[in-house]
Amino acid sequence: MPKYETWAPERASEIIAQHQDQKGATLPILHALQEVFGYVPLAAEPLIADALNITRAEVHGCVTFYHDFRREPPGRRTLKICLAESCQASGGRALAKRAKEKLGVEMGGTTADARVTLEPVYCLGLCHSSPAAMLDKDVYAALDAERLDELLKEAQS
Amino acid sequence: MTRIYISRDSGALAVGAESVAKRFEREATERGLDLEIVRTGSRGMYWLEPLVEVETDQGRVGYGPVKASEVGTLIDEGILAAKSHKKCIGVVDEYPWFKNQTRLTFARVGITDPRSLKDYQAHGGYAGLKRAIEAGPDAIIEQVLTSGLRGRGGAGFPTGIKWRTVADTPPQQKYIVCNADEGDSGTFADRMIMEGDPFVLIEGMTIAGIAVGATYGYIYVRSEYPHSIEALRAAIDAARAAGFLGTNVAGSGYAYDMEVREGAGAYVCGEETSLLDSVEGKRGEVRAKPPLPAHVGLFGQPTIINNVLSLATVPIIMDRGGEFYRDFGMGRSRGTMPIQLAGNLKYGGLYETAFGITLGELVDEIGGGTKSGRPVRAVQVGGPLGAYFPRSLFDTPFDYEAFAAADGLIGHGGVVVFDDTVDMAQQAHFAMEFCAIESCGKCTPCRIGSARGMEVIDKIIANDNRAANLEILEDLCNTMKLGSLCALGGFAPYPVMSALTHFPEDFGAEKKRLEDAAE
Ligand SMILES: Cc1cc2nc3c(=O)[nH]c(=O)nc-3n(C[C@H](O)[C@H](O)[C@H](O)COP(=O)(O)O)c2cc1C
Ligand code: SF4
Ligand code: FES
Repeated sequence: MPKYETWAPERASEIIAQHQDQKGATLPILHALQEVFGYVPLAAEPLIADALNITRAEVHGCVTFYHDFRREPPGRRTLKICLAESCQASGGRALAKRAKEKLGVEMGGTTADARVTLEPVYCLGLCHSSPAAMLDKDVYAALDAERLDELLKEAQS
Repeated sequence: MTRIYISRDSGALAVGAESVAKRFEREATERGLDLEIVRTGSRGMYWLEPLVEVETDQGRVGYGPVKASEVGTLIDEGILAAKSHKKCIGVVDEYPWFKNQTRLTFARVGITDPRSLKDYQAHGGYAGLKRAIEAGPDAIIEQVLTSGLRGRGGAGFPTGIKWRTVADTPPQQKYIVCNADEGDSGTFADRMIMEGDPFVLIEGMTIAGIAVGATYGYIYVRSEYPHSIEALRAAIDAARAAGFLGTNVAGSGYAYDMEVREGAGAYVCGEETSLLDSVEGKRGEVRAKPPLPAHVGLFGQPTIINNVLSLATVPIIMDRGGEFYRDFGMGRSRGTMPIQLAGNLKYGGLYETAFGITLGELVDEIGGGTKSGRPVRAVQVGGPLGAYFPRSLFDTPFDYEAFAAADGLIGHGGVVVFDDTVDMAQQAHFAMEFCAIESCGKCTPCRIGSARGMEVIDKIIANDNRAANLEILEDLCNTMKLGSLCALGGFAPYPVMSALTHFPEDFGAEKKRLEDAAE
């Protein structure tokens, strides 16, 4: 269960140093930072730029290009609900609506108590058993309203 | 001792396989049973997951779907002695849905322990590499050409020709890149290989390296697949420890090593040049071609980029010969295709079979019709850029050319079934929306056209100037087709136009919109 560390530049530099020597290190660094802090703050960008000897603009362009990288701290847990076609065909839209209502947030939003961030995802490769969702790194498929409610409870706990 | 098999594929985990395995462990301890639990990939019969297979002299007897809460009762009822039971499907290899397939690429998936190199070798693993080393680069490429293998990532380009192009570049640093971005809705075959038989992909990439003189490889896996990433990293370590990767692959004198890179949630990074930029640490923008990646690819060097399934099929081609593989299939679609049955289907899963099977057979017979029990109305084949097919086209054979002739594509082999509650105008709208969300932004028809397409479809749905707007939509689709650099913008019109052509009634004024369709 992720409990992220609070942003600390020295810790970030340490993480960057661990990954900076590989070729094309930008994405591995961004993933590693997000894993620890839950997001990639603006303050991380100059650190990465310095370490990789590229411009801040390049780092910024990269962070903003990829859907995975968050610019703001997320909730303690992240629930991703699949909105792609196979899940659409199997009741996924209704599930997404239910999740939004029960959590009281829009897609991309974080609950007021900062427990859960709700995000859309476009296919989890579980389309044989749609609809599907992912809570942090755990996967769930063949969901119905009842199982979604259990999942929401687990996410909020 | 009793041996049972339970999948650790994420499709099985997603419906509770982990707690089933734990429960068996606990029961075994409590009851003092001598039980070995082997964790495998999935057989691909996902409606039966979690599937528990019990080893017997006749073969593995399957029970499914099993809930953790019923494990104790099932043991009481004798399943560890392979007794009959209402959840018993008999010997899994004899179960018609499984038996009727031709599993070449998926020969070991669901059967072996994906973490065990020993198990892999005991089931024919690394036989292809051995032959490849004996044969040498030219003969490897000859076999791949003979097999007729075409890229399974979507475009269907002959794999052997791509390899020849890279082999013909002067000796220098070259790369093998595996495209494991698998972003198409309705697809999961790459995932099943990576989680269920990762060594076969490593072997295929190693053979590719030897064939073209590349000494290093990357597998670019989408971040939505954490289990695949973990399985591959473990397998790469195991292969390296056993001398199958490194400076002297299996004692051959060839050098080849590789690593996994994680994507970051961008669909367009499945496009090969965008993927290369992403591995290089940049924004995943599509590059103009030429130059081809075969000439100027990763870090500017000659590069083979192939889909997981293309590469995972190479070991069996090397082991059994190009002709063996070529003898399956029809027309210019040779060999087998791991077809992925998805959406609103009773029997969703992986069905590997020779090209030529019809869409109707796949949906009505093998897929068993809809899960909801309602009539099948539309089938999207080939992911979010693939066309929607009506029942009247169900006689279309699964074949690259036949699908193209029907204004569709087989893409990566995903088949997504919708029942009669589907609103095709809404699906057309989603196709444009998806394109807008995922566009890399490089060309205007894709970036702006898709947003404009959503507006126009909204107007059509609202019966605002319908006739004129339908014309605008058609125009827009043509502009996107002609003016886009890659197939994201270029093919997004296919689902839109097919919805419009085959289901015009959903774009009509009288159509009542479904309440919950508003989302
Ligand atoms: C928008 C877009 C997304 C793509 N996504 C994938 C993908 O996820 N996996 C894949 O193998 N190919 C994908 N492709 C196709 C690749 O560009 C390329 O054709 C393929 O990796 C070549 O490998 P193959 O010849 O083995 O199929 C995509 C293409 C486009 C235009
Ligand atoms: S068609 Fe779209 S995704 Fe493809 S290069 Fe152009 S803008 Fe990028
Ligand atoms: S479309 Fe939802 S898991 Fe693939």
